[in-house]
Amino acid sequence: MLTAVLLFLPLAAALLLHFTKGATTRALALGATLVEFALAAFIAIDFTRHGSSAYNLDYAWVQSAGINFHIGLDGLSLLLVLLTTFLVPLILLAAFRGNYENPSAFYALVLFMQTGLLGVFMSLDAFLFYFFWEVALIPIYFLAGAWGGERRIAVTLKFFLYTVVGSLLMLAGFVYLYLQTGPAAGSLAAHSSELSAFYKLRLSAGEQSWLFWLIFAAFAVKMPIFPFHTWQPDTYTEAPAPATMLLAGIMLKMGIYGTLRWLLPIVPLGVSQWQKPVIILAVIGVIYGALIAIRQRDMKRLIAYSSLSHVGLMAAGVFSLTQIGLQGAVIQMLAHGVNVVGMFFVADAIERRTGTRLLPDLGGLTRRTPLLSVCFLVMLLSTVALPLTGGFVGEFLLLAGIYEYSAWVGAVAGLTIIFSAVYLLRLFQRTMLGPDSSFSATITDLTGGELAVFVPLIVLVFWLGLFPGTFLHISEPAVSSILSAVGR
Amino acid sequence: MTSIILLSIFGIVQLFLGFLRSNKVLLPGVMLVLLAVFGANLADWNQAPQSFFNQMLTVDHYTVAFTGIVVLTALLLLPFSRSYVVAHEPNLAEYYALLLFSLVGAIMMIGYDHLLMLFVGIEILSISMYVLAGASKRDSRSNEAALKYFLMGAFATGILLFGIALLYGATGTFALSQIAAAVAAPANASLLPMLYIGILLMIIGIGFKVSAAPFHFWTPDVYEGTPTFFTAFMSTVVKTAGFAAFLKLLAVALPAAQGFWAPTIQAMCALTLLLGNVGAAVQTTTKRMLAYSSVSHAGYLLIGLVAGNGSLTGPAANGIFFYSLAYSIATVAAFGVLKLVADHRQRDDYAGLNGLGKTNPLLAFVMTVAMLSLAGIPLTGGFFGKLFLLTAAVGQGHIGLVVFAVIMSMVGIYYYLRPIIAMYLRPAEGPTADAVPVDGLQSFTLGLLALLTIALGILPGLLSGIL
Repeated sequence: MLTAVLLFLPLAAALLLHFTKGATTRALALGATLVEFALAAFIAIDFTRHGSSAYNLDYAWVQSAGINFHIGLDGLSLLLVLLTTFLVPLILLAAFRGNYENPSAFYALVLFMQTGLLGVFMSLDAFLFYFFWEVALIPIYFLAGAWGGERRIAVTLKFFLYTVVGSLLMLAGFVYLYLQTGPAAGSLAAHSSELSAFYKLRLSAGEQSWLFWLIFAAFAVKMPIFPFHTWQPDTYTEAPAPATMLLAGIMLKMGIYGTLRWLLPIVPLGVSQWQKPVIILAVIGVIYGALIAIRQRDMKRLIAYSSLSHVGLMAAGVFSLTQIGLQGAVIQMLAHGVNVVGMFFVADAIERRTGTRLLPDLGGLTRRTPLLSVCFLVMLLSTVALPLTGGFVGEFLLLAGIYEYSAWVGAVAGLTIIFSAVYLLRLFQRTMLGPDSSFSATITDLTGGELAVFVPLIVLVFWLGLFPGTFLHISEPAVSSILSAVGR
Repeated sequence: MTSIILLSIFGIVQLFLGFLRSNKVLLPGVMLVLLAVFGANLADWNQAPQSFFNQMLTVDHYTVAFTGIVVLTALLLLPFSRSYVVAHEPNLAEYYALLLFSLVGAIMMIGYDHLLMLFVGIEILSISMYVLAGASKRDSRSNEAALKYFLMGAFATGILLFGIALLYGATGTFALSQIAAAVAAPANASLLPMLYIGILLMIIGIGFKVSAAPFHFWTPDVYEGTPTFFTAFMSTVVKTAGFAAFLKLLAVALPAAQGFWAPTIQAMCALTLLLGNVGAAVQTTTKRMLAYSSVSHAGYLLIGLVAGNGSLTGPAANGIFFYSLAYSIATVAAFGVLKLVADHRQRDDYAGLNGLGKTNPLLAFVMTVAMLSLAGIPLTGGFFGKLFLLTAAVGQGHIGLVVFAVIMSMVGIYYYLRPIIAMYLRPAEGPTADAVPVDGLQSFTLGLLALLTIALGILPGLLSGIL
């Protein structure tokens, strides 16, 4: 029952927001997400003590077609649920700063999206998963489209079409799998769309080969993996800051999560068949994203390409199919979520104060903004993967996993650490240090409210960096069971 | 059966009430009648199947379910008639009476067990529609639409009748069950060519009524010229009744000839999907886009016919039922909003919807839900409609067709997003920027339509396997 509350609380709050105004709206939106986080934290504590069985919820949804409303939690889901519930209040705080027109609709969409995201991470039924997968897409389309920058219409249309095309291919794959389950009787109720039923399927290598791409299409676009990424930098740049944080901080993880939960165990033969091409694509993305990031002048674009580069590493780690690589992907999902939200928040804070986010216009900000530059530096160093930060643990485990798969690929992917140091330190140097710009005399430091966003992020950066065991223990059984399903 | 009697009686009563010439009496009257018909129809649910008129018409679950859709559609559509009807006061009662009579035709098409009943039903429905297409007498486009619809429709009816005659010649009967027996075990093999030509001509005749390609050419022009209120009626009631009739013909009377008609229907289906979706993608006005998209939805429903497999209770029949319901509700919502906006702003292109999200949040929201449903995005009934139909078709092994349908629905998403983009992402400019007036009944109906669409998307189980 608690699981259902966890899933639908944001949605209920989103509906209530419609009837509120001004300060009440903010209080309600933030309050709901904080309660949500408390609930998730409670479940996490209870989970580590008693296991997951209490959080399974299974109702017949479309009885005549054997589709169930089946949600549940395991270690992997739990971590992503925690990440989502942790980030959304911070993203809302960021939105409060921004003075967006028609705020209650804006916050309601964020909350609506939270339900979609949580649903994705908790679904244990294929059609339910697809349902929430698309539900998460609709609000982000409106967030980016209605409140975005100048080129928002073309950019969001492209984003929507890309992701929907991927999703529809995945749906086609699911329908095929669904019809392979159970006896081939005349009625659809004989089939099942349960995740467990999909796991039990014994498909031929030939089938798995094309099913792999049908299902992976949706995840590849969402991550995005090279060459399905072309929507990403534009959308990240044009979307308003909170929407970008949702996209990069949480939505990107839907792709990695989907690969872990819905791709590897269901078509293991297809995975081993396509493992090499996918890893090569992922590593190309790592290098390509980093190289382009070096040349960027726009802060948001730079972070977007850096995110592209980092997600490539996660994809490569997942497809290394090693315990350590998968664990690394899990930790990196959390670390990247925290880092990228922090980075976009910095970009947003600077843009709100100066009206620009172009590197040539900025410089020398640090003298008047010590707090901002410290927070910026922490987020940045975690993204560069400095030891003691969350980013380091994630990247180290990922690279170890990739190295285990192939030393050569590991060596190439390892370049990311050098490249990211190049573009990120350059970013810091151009904005905070360097020659004075016209803003360096007038810019103001972080306010208390903004600091309230950074403090939890920084705490988590160091928690992940110093005590990664907390999180690795939670995900380990789930990761092991996924790997044993793949046959490794 | 009660519904047919009620509709006929009140249709005539309605004509007499026309002396009053007052929409204050007529509109609530018609709505009450339809409500009563809807209730009477529901009362037939879960009864043993009953036959009427010498086994020419059956009332069973199939009939009750599809009748429910057409009556509900008409009921939900009526609140939008107001502004149109007020402008054309003199013929008020006739239009309402024709609507009621056309529903009689639709119900006969759904419940027929005998080809004569099918023919009579189609004629009652079509002739009402020919008149209503020309309801806007002073508008030359409406006149053109009526004439075009009438001429093409008359040809199609002739072809259909010819097909029925040939079928009779080959099998010696009009009754569906006897045709099925005769087709399964032909008494005289030399009559088979006659049978096949008869089937082909019937497919052409009904294909015209449901605007399936290549017999769809009338659709965009007629839809565009017809007053929007009647366009909505045409694209929902006629299509639902047409497909109910089509499925019954193929699944009950002709399952034994599946080897012959299945390739034909498949080809029609692929062509309809292609022309409907690509046609809709290149349109510049919302109304023509909806007209072409209605062609494309005929394509999706044809997938259900391909997967029908001789059963009126299986996944395919249920899929067609659910899809028709979701499609009808979303289409009524879309045309309803479009009509209100077009009446006020005097334009029906995409730009006419600009900024609606700000001026009329309700209209914009309902339109968005309708577009998402027609596009088949989750949270709406349209998603499950497509899912059920495509799953049924994959279950019968029609993978190529389903893949093509999925690709085509990607095209669909492109053009269904265009009204949404206009409403929310583009500002309204100039004199069109003020709010569109909506009365209470219309707001209520629009809210109900959006709610129904979302309810079908969240709790599809309530109606997904009822046949």
